[in-house]
Amino acid sequence: MIYPHRRSKEVLAQLIAQDIHDGAYVNLGIGMPTLVANHIPLGREVILHSENGILGMGPAPSADEEDFDLINAGKQPVTLLKGGAYFHHTDSFAMMRGGHLDICVLGAFQVSATGDLANWHTGAPGAIPAVGGAMDLAIGAKQTWVMMDLLTKAGVSKIVPVCTYPLTGMACVKRIYTDLATLSCSPQGLKIVSLIEGLSHAELETLIGLPIAAASPL
Amino acid sequence: MINKISASVADALSGVADGATVLIGGFGTAGIPNELIEGLIEQGARDLTVVNNNAGNGDTGLAALLKSGRVRKIICSFPRQSDSQVFDALYLSGKIELELLPQGNLSERLRAAGAGIGAFFTPTGFGTDLAHNPDGSAKETRVIQGKSYVLEVPIFGDLALIKAESGDRWGNLTYRKAARNFGPIMATAAKRTVASVHTIVELGELDPEVIVTPGIYVSHVVKIERSATQAGGFKGPL
Repeated sequence: MIYPHRRSKEVLAQLIAQDIHDGAYVNLGIGMPTLVANHIPLGREVILHSENGILGMGPAPSADEEDFDLINAGKQPVTLLKGGAYFHHTDSFAMMRGGHLDICVLGAFQVSATGDLANWHTGAPGAIPAVGGAMDLAIGAKQTWVMMDLLTKAGVSKIVPVCTYPLTGMACVKRIYTDLATLSCSPQGLKIVSLIEGLSHAELETLIGLPIAAASPL
Repeated sequence: MINKISASVADALSGVADGATVLIGGFGTAGIPNELIEGLIEQGARDLTVVNNNAGNGDTGLAALLKSGRVRKIICSFPRQSDSQVFDALYLSGKIELELLPQGNLSERLRAAGAGIGAFFTPTGFGTDLAHNPDGSAKETRVIQGKSYVLEVPIFGDLALIKAESGDRWGNLTYRKAARNFGPIMATAAKRTVASVHTIVELGELDPEVIVTPGIYVSHVVKIERSATQAGGFKGPL
């Protein structure tokens, strides 16, 4: 199925950035979520956290200005904004686990209708597991948002009744931003936040294979 | 008189025993004490357990230590990287044991060791495969005020190797930018802590308001010239 109004990664990043409030402390996961930083609306002050001990992380430096003592969680050179701070790892993870971050945005292999997250390991034989800070972020931030394509390359929904990949955290995802729809998760299940043009509520339920509550009236 | 300044890396690392647990600071390329790791390879201790966030990059530093065949087990959060080929080969051929931990549990277990905490309940990892011990048994869990937690115990080091920026003869340390990462915590968790620094200063020159690691946690300070390579953690003017 081809959806002409399917959201590109940049459009998705823009949508997420618009939902991040002024003054928020935010951690953007490695990979697609890092794109969100490029789309924070002008005039909105958002403080980015990096697990390796940075608050107030700024954009990548220009070529030849890299400082390899100043890198992000993906090990890429970054900068520090005025007002930024450095701290050690245990403080950084206390900040995460202690509920001090307002929002974290993570990629995912699978999310269950009730907000279980699987994003660290496929469990495939021979795969070398690596978890990093994913589990701390998933359960620690006030709100965990997922950014992903709704379907795998094979066309299978990544939103599932029960995760079959190893879990990162239980009932931790509040919202799922995908290329076809934005949904919220709760113990009651899924609810539509928004849909792309050309995709109906019924079609989305068929794609995901689960009942989805209608969007709340504004 | 106290003088923790060592004349050489070899002096600072003399007598490391076989079977030691070695905490190694650094995250990615920032804060990795490469010269101290090379010193440990030179020193020759075997059958080591290494604790680091990662499992080595490229062929140097921690990767070289792994390649030397002296490491029995690694405790880390993120072994798999684009250039972790040395670890990958050892792991896939069963030549190294891996204990994988969520990164915050790794850092908090080190903190607990340094702070005299017997064990702690953490929400991180509850309900996941990592709420298990290396032997496969389930870690103890408890519901406290409606929230589920996993019991984690401290990780003690026999030796910590860390990279700082400036130090004095009492062992007081400051760090540079995000190269701080695990250094201050690992310094507290080991019986013996060796810190490499780029600058050695006289007592009193470090502002007491900005000392990050007080000398009580540090056994030896060694001066290492600043390297201009990526792995040295520095490029361009200060």
